Amino acid sequence: MDAVFTKCERCGQPIYEKDLAARFNVCPHCEFHYPLPAPQRVRLLTDRGSFETRDDGLFASDPLGFEGYEDRLQKARQKTGLDDAILSGVGTVGGRRVALAVMDFRFIGGSMGSVVGEKVARTVERAYAEEIPLVIVSASGGARMFEGVYSLMQLAKTSVALSRYVEGSWPYISILTDPTFGGVTASFATAADVVLAEPGARIGFAGARVIEQTTRERLPEGFQTAEFQREHGMVDRIVHRLALRDDLERLLGFVA
Amino acid sequence: MILDFERPIKELEARIGELHRLAGESEGLQAEISRLEEALAAARRRIFTNLSPYQRVQVARHPDRPNFRAYRDALADDFYELSGDRAHGEDHAVRGGFARLKRGGHNVVLIGHDKGSDVESRVRGNFGMAHPEGYRKVRRLYDLAARFSMPVVTLVDTPGAFAGRQAEERGQAWAISEDLMALARSPVPIVCVIIGEGGSGGALAMCAADYVGMLENSYLSVIAPEACASIIFRDPGRAAEAAAAMKITARDLKQHEIVDEVLDEPLGGAHNEPETAIESVGSALERVLPELATIDPSSLIKRRYERYRRIGNHAMRNGTA
Repeated sequence: MDAVFTKCERCGQPIYEKDLAARFNVCPHCEFHYPLPAPQRVRLLTDRGSFETRDDGLFASDPLGFEGYEDRLQKARQKTGLDDAILSGVGTVGGRRVALAVMDFRFIGGSMGSVVGEKVARTVERAYAEEIPLVIVSASGGARMFEGVYSLMQLAKTSVALSRYVEGSWPYISILTDPTFGGVTASFATAADVVLAEPGARIGFAGARVIEQTTRERLPEGFQTAEFQREHGMVDRIVHRLALRDDLERLLGFVA
Repeated sequence: MILDFERPIKELEARIGELHRLAGESEGLQAEISRLEEALAAARRRIFTNLSPYQRVQVARHPDRPNFRAYRDALADDFYELSGDRAHGEDHAVRGGFARLKRGGHNVVLIGHDKGSDVESRVRGNFGMAHPEGYRKVRRLYDLAARFSMPVVTLVDTPGAFAGRQAEERGQAWAISEDLMALARSPVPIVCVIIGEGGSGGALAMCAADYVGMLENSYLSVIAPEACASIIFRDPGRAAEAAAAMKITARDLKQHEIVDEVLDEPLGGAHNEPETAIESVGSALERVLPELATIDPSSLIKRRYERYRRIGNHAMRNGTA
């Protein structure tokens, strides 16, 4: 990111790097939403200086001794400066305290292993204990295969945590970003009171390539986009990234 | 269908059959028959006690392996089937209803993936791969079980939730997630036996339970070994390695404290002696159901919470990397 200019992958127009950064990775010409690192997402959503990270210092071990996993973890940590594919903590949104967890797609495709599952569960339990709203921002290719069945079991872990939280009267708001798939959509990301999504985000259970390979079906234009999911009744609202904070604040005004 | 590694066994069986036919009433060939029968028993033991994880996957997928229908017919003296998700349709990939178990006489809500038993029923049941309406029917059945205070018994046997255009259009991920949430807060005992394939989220939607038993040649995996190999090793031909690496067999999962018990299969696999495998599952249910019946609803929910909340904690470490 040393270059001053970059070219939008979507519309081909030149963009000033600093314009892109100032717009939280949304193209100023075509409004394409690029992936947003978790720390910037936290800055986008929470009141300045209000966010405190929690659950730091949890690292994936390699429970199955899976070939290549340690190496992938090392590289992902170096690349992102994060412990794993999620940041969790508490902060305020328009002055309202919320428990917040934000996934980061740069870290092994935002895959959910034991650490992601644990941090989601802790965030849910924190919201439950403190009686505050819960907001989770997802970006994930699915379960982390390197952890085998431990990754599958994170679906159950996050679900038990949520099942207790939703018995109370505090809201759970899930924000789906590009891409959100597999084990994450099949567990906590869709089990929310309100599901928001960013424009154009790809959201689903199985990826389009897998579906095409297994069924040889031709998939329609815009398949599995946020807009497609809203038309199929799966997502409440599509919200532009730069409007997301205000939208969330409005929603919390009703339900928190 | 004969699996590659079963071939020596099948050859011995064929030779013994042939000798029996030739021998007729005469006793001249008896010594040879006995010798071959001993060799057969030894071959069965040698092959089936040393199956690799991927060979077990093949046994779990065997077309003659007893399926949901076989268990239902053998274990229940009444099965009152219920249909539909009340929103879209009926999915034959997963069946369920009220059942009275022969052993112990328990009334339960019995649910299972149905892979079918011949071409027609296999296609009708989409080879045990359910669509969202299937998972939503399951959700209805979980709710009925809670309402009538009946334990849930699930028999899991699926390659996975169906990956297709319509499944996506109707919210496959949403349907599975609802099942997981329903299981997490169900006030009745949830008893699960994985009888064949335990394919990912489509299996988990029916096995986040108070008791999980696995037949010894069944598997439970986050992704099919072939798909894992093609994604991670970029070579679907390395499926056997992926199966070993992911620790998906009943014994591995028992060792990692994910499941409660490994249920014995007859030597040679469930497809060789279906009654013995079914008996193994039936006796586990007869033992487990009364134990769980003594636990009050809030303790059940709390135990289930703790059980699943804990998994994976030992797959992390605290401190700096």
